[in-house]
Amino acid sequence: MSQYRVMPGPEHFLPPAAASMGIRLPNPGEGHIHGVIVPEEQAMEEAARQFLLAKVPTIFPGPLVLWAWNEKAAKKATAIRHLYETIKECVTPQQKPMLIPMPDYRPKYPKINPEVEINPNHPNLTIWHNKIDCCMFVGVHCHQANLSLKIIRGGTACYTIAMCAQAGHEDAMLSFRDATYEKIMRLAETVKKLKGSVKFNPGAGQAKASH
Amino acid sequence: MAETKSLIGTQNKKGQTYTDPRRMLFEAPRTPSFYTGSEVIKEAIRRASCDVMIAYPITPQSEAAALIGELFAEGYIGDYFRGESEFAVMSQCAGAAFGGARVFTTTAGPGTMRAMENFPMWAGARLPIQMIVTCRGINSPLSIQPDTLEISYLMNTGMLVWHAETAQDFFDWILKGYMVSEEPDVHLPLALCCDGFFVTHTKDVVQLTPADMCLPPYDPYRSPVPCMDMECPPVRMMRDPFIMKSNYISYATHASWQQEIWAAVERSRKHTIAWLDGLIDAENTDADIMIVASGTAVSQGREAIRMLEDEGVRAGLVKVKTLRPWPGEEIREATKHAEHIFVPEFNVTGWLAKEIRATVPNSDRVHAGPHVCGGMTMPPEIIVSEIKTTLGMRAVSLAGRGS
Repeated sequence: MSQYRVMPGPEHFLPPAAASMGIRLPNPGEGHIHGVIVPEEQAMEEAARQFLLAKVPTIFPGPLVLWAWNEKAAKKATAIRHLYETIKECVTPQQKPMLIPMPDYRPKYPKINPEVEINPNHPNLTIWHNKIDCCMFVGVHCHQANLSLKIIRGGTACYTIAMCAQAGHEDAMLSFRDATYEKIMRLAETVKKLKGSVKFNPGAGQAKASH
Repeated sequence: MAETKSLIGTQNKKGQTYTDPRRMLFEAPRTPSFYTGSEVIKEAIRRASCDVMIAYPITPQSEAAALIGELFAEGYIGDYFRGESEFAVMSQCAGAAFGGARVFTTTAGPGTMRAMENFPMWAGARLPIQMIVTCRGINSPLSIQPDTLEISYLMNTGMLVWHAETAQDFFDWILKGYMVSEEPDVHLPLALCCDGFFVTHTKDVVQLTPADMCLPPYDPYRSPVPCMDMECPPVRMMRDPFIMKSNYISYATHASWQQEIWAAVERSRKHTIAWLDGLIDAENTDADIMIVASGTAVSQGREAIRMLEDEGVRAGLVKVKTLRPWPGEEIREATKHAEHIFVPEFNVTGWLAKEIRATVPNSDRVHAGPHVCGGMTMPPEIIVSEIKTTLGMRAVSLAGRGS
């Protein structure tokens, strides 16, 4: 197994793609945390814990859930909304959950508006501007997600989670695969279950995962 | 986000049943058939549910392309046409793949080189096009015979590159190739290479799957990039490249994009291992002498081992099946006991030996050769001769045979 671990950055001027460092994607029923394969349930708990620890836990939904291009996408979008509402309910008033859309992938020049959206080619701007210390990608095409996750790891200290509908993402610190409506709802349930057991400490910054 | 509605068990317009690829390739009964390699390509494509095939004639791939034209006439291919040149063909393949089609094409030697600009573009756009490369000479003096120089150029394009030894490899790998290259975490083009003529024009007994079974169709909605969206990258990058903006994040985006292609090559590893039963085949790995080869040089190496055995010299063999992803760990493991590693190649530069030298510890064990080139045949005797000479044994020269 690779000794390389996918940790919050800033990592490098140009960080390597985690796959090229020997990080492998999970099989069905598994997830990964920092590149180490774990049972999906463990990844679920760690993701919920990271949301509850963060000062600005943020969900970045992409086109595959933002646009109601089929029934499944529309249903998944309701689950994302539910997850966001659940996080809001479960955090303290000092924490500020956000839901920032990634409606398309077009390069936006001369600048994007980080108040209202995340640009996958300039994700660090949105993260810096909003002081986001933990974020989750969901419904973003895999290639675009990998680019953004790597840029975030390179230039920010944000903890990244990827809820992937396909095979998962090595360039996130934590990743699920085969995401469905049910799986997103289960993550919301896990957040609710952990409410009160994870202590937010505003002075501590984003806690590192327990692995 | 793909729809889960499965077509498996239903029939296409030709009455073929869309079959689970694992069942079709690993469990379904096989029928032995005596075919040329080109005919085998046709039979594989008959079962591949291809949407588009685009052709341009160049020896020795022309026969395969023409035979697939027959498949189109029979209704097994959605669309088929001849491009204006190899460059045009590869560009047209890109257009079809951008549109969500399963695409197939064939090429050879100078045609591959003429179209070369397209291959990194295919990879960068994450287009899972399959291209058969029936290798032939590319340099001057020109040769239409097999010479594997073009593979060395393809290896740095970001494409998956596999090197088939036999027509049986070809049949299975064409079908398995689509399964690997269309995985969402891979989604890269595949150059499936063989040594032209030696494979394409030689008849062999090939075990074929039932003709009434075919692969499920390609699902473009499992693509890692948006399908057929002219405003979003990768298409829009053609007119608004990140690197045209002079700031760090634009550079980072462009660089990350390129890294992502090679990350996808790495991700293909686990799928390829599952479908091809490993990236290499190895035998006698405890031997002091190992022959490491790809393509038909493997067959010649196998025969050389048999001849060496007759003289009391024990040697092992590594058949390198995939060049991208590169089976570095597997080759290190298979050659760890070897005092001498011989790399017979059908090209003048010895690209495989260079790769192996960069892979194994104590690389002075690697003997780059024997080499033949320009399409010249490689008698197993010259592999035997190279090995015996290195070991200090008396070897007979073959040079006088043609006089």
